[in-house]
Parts: sequence; C-alpha cells; structure tokens
Amino acid sequence: MLDAVSRSGTRQNAGDGGMIKIAVLAVGGQGGGVLSDWIVDVAERNGYLAQSTSVAGVAQRTGATIYYIEMCPDKGRLPVFALSPSQGDVDVLVAAELMEAGRAIMRGFVTPEKTTLIASSHRIAAVSEKIEPGDGRASSAKVRETAELASKRFIAFDMEKIAVQAGSVVSASLFGALAGSGVLPFPRESYEATINASGRGVKASLAAFTGGYEGARGHKVHIARAVEPGGPDDQAAVHSTVTSATAAENAAPVEDKTAEVEGPRRLVAGWQELVSRIEELPVLVRDMTMRGLRKVVDYQDTRYGAEYLDRLDRVVALDTEGQDYALSIAAAKHLANALCYDDMIRVADLKTRSTRAARVRREVGVKGDTILQTTEYFHPRVEEFCGAMPAAIGAYIENRPKLAAFIDRRINKGRRIRTDSFSGFAMLWLIGGMRRFRRGLLRHRVEQKHLDRWYDLALETVPRDYALAVEIVNTRRLIKGYSDTHVRAQSKFDRVLSALPMLKGRPDAADWLRRLREAALKDEKGDMLDGALKTVATLGE
Amino acid sequence: MAERSFAKEVEKLRLGDGEEFAGEGILAITKALLQCGVGYVGGYQGAPISHLMDVLADAQDILGELGVHFEASASEATATAMLAASVHYPIRGAATFKSTVGTNVASDALANLASGGVTGGALIIVGEDYGEGSSIMQERSHAFAMKSQVWLLDPRPNLPSIVKAVEDGFELSEVSNTPVMLQVRIRCCHVHGKFIAKDNKRPAMTVADALDNPRRDTGRIVLPPASFLHEKEKVAKRWPAAVDFIRNNNINEFFGPGAGSVGIVMQGGMYNAVIRALQRLGLADAYGETDVPLYVLNAVYPLIDDEFLEFCEGKDSVLVVEEGQPNYIEQAFAAMLHKAGRGTRLVGKEYLPVAGEYTGQVMLDGLGAFLRTEAPQLLSAEIRAPNKSGEGEEIPDLSKVVPGRPPGFCIGCPERPIFAATKLVEQELGKHHIASDIGCHLFSIMPPFELGATTMGYGLGPASASAFNSPEAKRRSISFVGDGGFWHNGLTSSVGNAVFNRNDGVIVIVDNFYSAATGGQDILSSRANNRTKSTQHPITKAVEGMGVKWLRHIDRTYDVGKVQATLKEALTTEEGGPKVIVASSECMLNRQRRERPLVNQAIKDGARVVKPKFGVDEDICTGDHACMRLSGCPSLSVKSLDDPLRDDPVASIDQNCVGCGNCGEVADAAVLCPSFYRADVVHNPSGWDRFMDRMRSGVIGFLQRRREGRRLVFADA
Repeated sequence: MLDAVSRSGTRQNAGDGGMIKIAVLAVGGQGGGVLSDWIVDVAERNGYLAQSTSVAGVAQRTGATIYYIEMCPDKGRLPVFALSPSQGDVDVLVAAELMEAGRAIMRGFVTPEKTTLIASSHRIAAVSEKIEPGDGRASSAKVRETAELASKRFIAFDMEKIAVQAGSVVSASLFGALAGSGVLPFPRESYEATINASGRGVKASLAAFTGGYEGARGHKVHIARAVEPGGPDDQAAVHSTVTSATAAENAAPVEDKTAEVEGPRRLVAGWQELVSRIEELPVLVRDMTMRGLRKVVDYQDTRYGAEYLDRLDRVVALDTEGQDYALSIAAAKHLANALCYDDMIRVADLKTRSTRAARVRREVGVKGDTILQTTEYFHPRVEEFCGAMPAAIGAYIENRPKLAAFIDRRINKGRRIRTDSFSGFAMLWLIGGMRRFRRGLLRHRVEQKHLDRWYDLALETVPRDYALAVEIVNTRRLIKGYSDTHVRAQSKFDRVLSALPMLKGRPDAADWLRRLREAALKDEKGDMLDGALKTVATLGE
Repeated sequence: MAERSFAKEVEKLRLGDGEEFAGEGILAITKALLQCGVGYVGGYQGAPISHLMDVLADAQDILGELGVHFEASASEATATAMLAASVHYPIRGAATFKSTVGTNVASDALANLASGGVTGGALIIVGEDYGEGSSIMQERSHAFAMKSQVWLLDPRPNLPSIVKAVEDGFELSEVSNTPVMLQVRIRCCHVHGKFIAKDNKRPAMTVADALDNPRRDTGRIVLPPASFLHEKEKVAKRWPAAVDFIRNNNINEFFGPGAGSVGIVMQGGMYNAVIRALQRLGLADAYGETDVPLYVLNAVYPLIDDEFLEFCEGKDSVLVVEEGQPNYIEQAFAAMLHKAGRGTRLVGKEYLPVAGEYTGQVMLDGLGAFLRTEAPQLLSAEIRAPNKSGEGEEIPDLSKVVPGRPPGFCIGCPERPIFAATKLVEQELGKHHIASDIGCHLFSIMPPFELGATTMGYGLGPASASAFNSPEAKRRSISFVGDGGFWHNGLTSSVGNAVFNRNDGVIVIVDNFYSAATGGQDILSSRANNRTKSTQHPITKAVEGMGVKWLRHIDRTYDVGKVQATLKEALTTEEGGPKVIVASSECMLNRQRRERPLVNQAIKDGARVVKPKFGVDEDICTGDHACMRLSGCPSLSVKSLDDPLRDDPVASIDQNCVGCGNCGEVADAAVLCPSFYRADVVHNPSGWDRFMDRMRSGVIGFLQRRREGRRLVFADA
C-alpha cells in the first residue's frame, strides 16, 4: 500500500499544494449535484480554485451516484485536478445515506489516517432489502461500527429528518454538517452566502443547513468523549443523546401507555380483571402478555381476552424460570397474533376509527382549510365472502364449487371505497360492526381450528424438547398477508412444520426448525425453504 | 424539453472575447463550436453529451443570429450523414453522440463520409461512456477511427484543453480533408471548470449560402472508380497532411525533463490521473511539474512516428498508459520501435490492467509498479519498499452487508405498472421469452421485476425476438421497445420487420412522451408543443401505417388491470402477425418538473387543486411486502413498528409519493391487501366541498363516537 506516504516525496516542490478532496456519495434524486455545486461555490468564495465532476447518466435514476470535488488555494496557477476519487486519498466523504457510507468504506474511500466521514444516518432501503417477505434490511449497526473504525472522524445523525422538518432536502442539511464539522477552512457565513445565492427555496435550505450545522457541532462532544476511557457503551450513550436531540418524539417511552384505557364502566371493570390476571404471571412474561391482551381485547372483546389468557395459562404451567420463560413469552406474542387474524371485519373496523382518520391527516399533512378525501382499495373474493358468513352457510357454499364460482363472478372485482363519503363509510362501519357475530362465522371456525392444531402441537412437544416447542410457536410468524399471499404463507407454515417427523429426536431439531423458518422468509414462493427442506431430508441418511 | 430549462446555460453561449466561461465540460465544447464558426450542428442525445444538444435546442435565438443550423437528429446515423454538407462546401459542421453505441449506429455514414473526404471541417464529438457509471457495452471508439481512417483527438481533461481541441479539430479536418473525432470521457463532459471565451463567429458560408449555390464533384462520391482513389488518397495525401499538422502545431505535448531513463506516454484523457499518481509517488506537484518525462497524446490517431521515437531517445523503458482494449496505441508504438531497430523497452498492459477503467488506484498501482521495477532510483526509500501498514485495527468487510443499489424506475414512473402487469400475466400464463430494449424500461431486468432476457441495441427489442417465431411453439415471445428506440430505429428494424416476416410475437411499445432516459428530449410522438420541432405524431398511426393489424392503445399505464388484460389477450388471441400494444403515460420525472410549479402557483393563487398521495395503514399491513415485489418504487419502503408483537417491518410510503396510483392498482389487480389508501388533499376547497365535508364529518363523527363509546379504547390505538 502506498497510501500512508502519499504526501512525502523526493521532489523539492512535490506535494499536493494544499489540495482538499471531497467525495459525495448519494442515491439518485437526493440532490448530490446541488450539494457539489454548493461546495464548489463556497470554495470559490473563500479564494480557492475548485473542480467538481460526476458520473450522471442513468445512475441518477435512484441508483448510487458519486460526485467528486477537489479544491486548493488559488496561487495564480491552475493545478491539475483529478477527475475521480482514489482509495486512501479522500479528505472528506459525505454520504447522503448510511449504506452509501458503507459503500464508500467498502470502496476504500474512507481511511483512518485521512477521512472525515459525514453521513446521514437514515436509511433508504434498496429494492433487494424491501422485497424479502421477512426483514431483509441490512445491518445499520454494522456499518456504524465499521465507520467508527474506518474513519478519522465519523459524524452521523439523521439529516434527512432535519431536512424534511425544514421543508428542504438532505443536501442542505449535509451542507450544514460539512460546515459544522469545521473540516474545511471556511467560515459559516460563506456557506450561508452560497445558499442565499442559489436563489431557490433559500429559507428552507437555510433552516436545514442550521440543523445540520448544529448536529455536527453537537457531535464534537462525541468525538471528544470517544477518546476518553469508557468503552463503546459510553459512546453509544452519547450517540443516542445526539440523535434524540433531533428526534425527540422517537425517544418517548411506550410502556406507560399500554395500560391506559377508556370505555363504559362495565367493560373497564372487565379489563381490570384481566389485568389482575396478568399480575399473577411470572414477571418476565407480563410485558408481552399485556401487549397481547390489549391487542386481543381491542380486536374483539374482554371475553376474547380471557380466552387468550386461558390458553396462555396452559403454557405457563409447563414453563420454568430456568428457561427464562422463553416459551411463554413466544406464546404470549404469537397467540395474540393468531387470535387477531386479518379478516374483513378487522380491516373495516380499523379503517373507520377516529384515530385512524386523525393519523391519515397527520401523515398526509392536512392543514389549514384543506379537505381530505380518502379512498380505500378492496378486492373481495368468494373466499372472503364465505368467511364472513355464518359457519354453516359459508361451508355450504364452499362445498359447492359451481355455486362458489357463481358468487365469485359477482363479487370478485376491485372496489374503491371513499371512507370520507356517507355511503362508503357506512358500509365499512357496518362490516366493522359484525364484530359481535364474529365467533359464529366460518372464518373464525377455520382460524380456531388452525390455532388449536398448532398450539397443541407446541404444547405436546414441551416435555420432549422445550427448545423445539419454542420454535414451533415462533413458526406462527410465517402466517401473514391476505388472499393469495395468505394462502402462500399458510403453505410455508405447513411446509416448515412438515419437517417435524424428520427432526424427531434430533438434539438440534429446534435449530433446524428456526433455520427453516428463516429460509421461508427469504423469498416469495419458498424456494429457499424447499432447498432447506431437502437438506433436512438428508439429515437422517 | 420538459426535464430542464437551459436558459442559464444558453446565456453562457453569448460570452465574448476575454470573458470567463464557467461551467460543464460539454457546455465548453458547445461554446467552442460557436467560436469556431460552425455552420451546422446535429446529434443524438445520450449521456454524457445530452447537454450539448439540450442547450443548443434552447439556444435557437443565438443560433438564428449566427446563421447556424441545428438539428436534433433522428439517430446517430442521421447526424453523421448530415456532415455530408461539408463534403462539397467549405462549411464547418459538427455531430455529437454517445459512444460507442452511437458510433455503431453512425458507422455506415461515417465510412462513406471518410471515404470521399470533406472540404469544410467536420467534427464528430463522441462522449465516451466507459468505466464507472457507464450504461453500455465496454468498447473503444478508437477502433472506428482506425477502420475508417478518421482522426481521433483525446485532449487533456480540462476546459481550456478541450476547447482548444475543438479549434484544432476543425483545422485538422480541413487541412487533411478528413472528418475528425473528438473523444471526451464521461467525467470530462461533466467536469466543472473555466476557460477564457472568444467571440462567436458567423460561419463564412452558411447552409443557406450553400443551398443557393449548389456544387458537386463526382470525385468525392463513393462509387467506383472514385472509391478506389479515395483509399489511395487517404494514405498518400490525407494521412501525411494530418501528421504534418499535428507535429507542426504541437498538438501533442511534452512535460517533465527532456532526458531520463524512463518515460510515460499517455492518451490526453489519462493525463490528470497520471499526474495525481506521480504526485502520490512523490514525483510531481499539484501543478503538474514532474520528474518523469511525459508524452501526452492529444491526438491518438494518427500517431506521429518521429515524435515518439525522439521521445524514446536515450530511454531504457517507456510505459504506455492506454485505457481500454485492444491496446492499439501500444501495439503501434511497439512496431515503430521494432522497425526503427531501437532498444527501448516498451511496456503497458504488463503494469496496467488489460481491461477496465484506469481509476486513481489503478494508476497509482500501475505507475508505482513500473517505476519500482524500471526506475527505482527515482523513488524515495519508503515508496520503493513501503512498509505494510498492517498496524491498527482491521476494517471489517462490508461487502456482505451493504446492498447493491442499481438504478431503477423513478417515483411514480408510468413504466412500473406495465411491468407489474407483465409479472402478473406471467404468474398466470407462465414464463415467456422477453426481449428488452434500450431505455428506462430496461430497468425491468432488475429486481423486483426481473423481466427480460437480452438487449441488442436501441430500437432492436422486437428485432431481437424475431427468431422466436415458430408455428410449433405454444407460447409467444414478448418484446419491449421505448418510444425513443421506436423512432430511432424500431419502426423499420423491429415493427416493419415483424410485419413483413409475419412474426407472431407481442410487441409492447412503452410511450412516455419523451426520450426519457437521455434527459427528456422531445421526439416525434411527444405530446407537448415544441417551438422549433414538429411533435404529436402518434405512434399508433405509424404502427398502423407499417401494416400492423392487431393494435391496442392503453392511454393510462397505471391501469394495471387493463394492461394485464390487454397483454393476456395479445398472448392468447388466435390472430396471426405481430400483436402491438402501445402503452402511453407521461414520464413522471418530466411531468413533475412541468406540473409542480404550476400546481404550487395555482394553490397560492387560491384555485381548487386536488393533490393525491398514497399511504399504508400500518396495523392492516402484515409486513409480507408482496406489494414491493410488484413495485420497487423508491417512495414505497419498509419501516419498523414500535411493537414487540410484530416481527417484520411493514410497508410505508414517504413524503416523496406523487400519488401515481400504482400501489392501489397493484393491490387491486394482484388481490394483495387492503392496507393502501389514497388521500386526496383538496386545496382551496369550494363552498360545496366545505359544506359536504362538514355534513360528512358530522355523520361519520357521530357513528364513530357511538361505536367508540361502547367499547374499550386504548390510549394509542
């Protein structure tokens, strides 16, 4: 490697003439071009010569892009500027998104001797991260840890959020962070003059600039403390104070809210009764159970909540403290999810609540005297229709394919329902009101059966293999989605559990079941899962 | 024209003698053309030379004042054929396009032009799209220069040098009666720098003058026996004239000391990277003062034998820095040394990679290795034998963590629903052979769609499926072509060919009203009025005119169900011959650029405006991401819920959503889930709006209070 000696040389006048090299890595559409123009402008304002280059073209369309700027003090002679960044030779790296910072490190543009890394810590998920049925997102923590090691100085906070709050784009808050970092020998005023001269959205840009500037200054504390003894935990703590300063509402605790409830006295009393049952559970299980109970009662009623607790009690009875109540906690979570299956009633109920309307207004940013109109997208099929029928009628139709097809032809089409209109709202409101009949409907019967089969299977397994029982409970995570997606999910769930006979008696059975579940979450059809199942089939050979 | 206005850049074209021009490299070239008295300019857009076209298209006034004719050519072949105006008339002309894709298309005209030769200076500016960020096959324009024997300039990548190269190029063309190619790499086109401008010059002879005084010379026409004479004239007359001009005008440059045991020869475009590497090796300063003799080829074809041999005089070894392969320059120099019986060792690809872009690190490694072997005495001890900087902590490898981020469809892109529909059709009817084309729609080959097997050239999508036409097959091929590719070449090479050969396949023409991938330039079928061009010629009419019988037009691609049904019909109909679907919706990037300011102004002015945006009900979304597998929209992403009951992140739509409708359409067509909602915000509502809103919220509020009063309501539910 030649990096370390880049500045020394045999020539008398060898050297870089005070050259500063800045690379900007951004996702197409983030305003990387504007940022590099600004950097050139601020350099020129301060008596520097500067050059910027980029590789635009189609990469601008949402792909990763690089902009590169070189600058040096104007000594009356034109220096030879390079047109692309070199590994180990970048003074400042600005990453407009966290994974782009990771990419810069990967490409060797960030080195501990030289590079100040300024990154917005927010994530823009790449397509590959979004399309996994599970959680396909890359590890931000890993990139942050590596960035600390790889850079001379690492400045990272959510500059996107600052920009959005200021009504601007991330390029402005990044520019502020660059100024705040003090890594370039230019005064703050000259940066602001650059923004002023740009002439468009100046006020918002300046607000975002200030946020970025202050954020980067705040981070100086972190840098100072990082060299003190105290270890990574200490750093992390300071990190979080910096982030929470810019994202105060994120830090609000959630636990306190879980118990707050309002309603008719009789129902509240019923709720209190259920809560008192939770207090009899082992401490470790209480938090998850409280959340689960809340979900279940909110979904149906307090009686449903009692059923939830009854079921849970069965597993708690088998559980021990020695196992940290892992099984009970998993059951508290997945039982609640299984009981709250996604049917038309639930969807209609959720869509017609006042809190929902308020949330939409907040998210869309309805203010002043603007009016909001909301359209919902439904596509009912005969399956949903039968599910919402009394069990006997529903089953009757389902057992007659011709009749089912006849009904399907009449109802199977996309329906757009305006929940801000009388008729649209009323229709959903009425469907939501079918809640009280839910126990008698076909879907409920099917779901209960499925739940019992799964839950009994887990309970039966406890005496033989506790860890495997936990994984059987966790397999429930696979059940999600509506219509075809739901059918596919069910099939994955069944396929995973179909491995149980093959795993019987193996000491690593739980591990294998977990692996199968993870494989099932990797792709849509379950190709990875099928591969993993083949492996399992060969285990016994 | 919709994507950007270039009014600011156009003003720079007016700069006069002594004024400083500051801007992009490609604009400097544009300005240089006018300073050289160019009589006409043509070209085909594409990175990195799009801006040359865009700025000239917006600069009609200046061009009019100077009597310069400008054309947005139908293709690179058209642009090059246009240079025929310089064959008989002493008019300077320029053509520009992306290379090597454009040069491929231009070859026919280029070869004919090169054979007969030119009277007026003919300059072809090729934007070399090579290396990082390139969207095309990796080839060299150099080969085209060699095969047609036109001269190739490759100036140092700074504004004064490339401006000078334009001036030199015209003169060289005129003294040697040969077209000249000026090669500028992608970063050089986008480099921001400065040069001192000169006054624009009115061409000595305009195209109008020429039209009024027609000339012809049979000797310049490519037909025997003249064509045989042309070949001889190339080597006997034009080549020596070019060599003399290059030598006498010091087109190539020498830097560093005259003498030395080693030297480096390079293409002009490599100069800055070479200097930076030498600087890091301690052998140069920031201004390019160096201890190593350098020979910079601003003209890379033809090469000047005696200049090179003189440079090699007294040197033990010389390194050739030549990006790309094959290494024509290195081979030519090696032959020169061999024939001259010289002992100088010539090296090149031994130290530098045979293929791939010569980035900073590559150059540093290559030059470092060369000097350490051939001239270690020049290097300081630490560089000669560097200590391994193995100290300090190992930086973890992130290549398994950081996801790739290839370019994709923009937010609200009207092409997304076309491919969502195609994916749905394939789910129903099975996989098909799909031929892709050049353009934004090629992003279909990436996740989440992963549709398309080949891309064979602009407008050649359906042509590339032409073999798949068999009466025995049960499935039809599907091919895509964009509106840009359609007008460039597709109408004849693809659609005409399919009609003539009775191809049974399905052709989808993706019509987004612009040549969108190249920057949103207008084309024949653009819907907007264009001041200087004739637009609004429907693709459907052209297709009908070609003889297509089965033709469907979808005027709103966001209607996923309709696209799905139409495609399914095309794949299953009994009718023979090509089945053509024209799917039209405006490019969202351009639409937003056009509409957003108008909408904002209208809201400010108090007009009633409805702005759509999509959202997701996070408690209804189950986090299965099926919607994203049919979208890939940057605005539709995943977010974690603050809820331990939920393992997987749910869908979420950010503030950049333009409300195109794809999410809702896909959820409906694929029967996904009811999580999506469209929120229409009515700005400046009318009295009736307000009245209805009050009435509705009254009733809705009543129903909500009624239900919520009878149930348990949790604090943050």
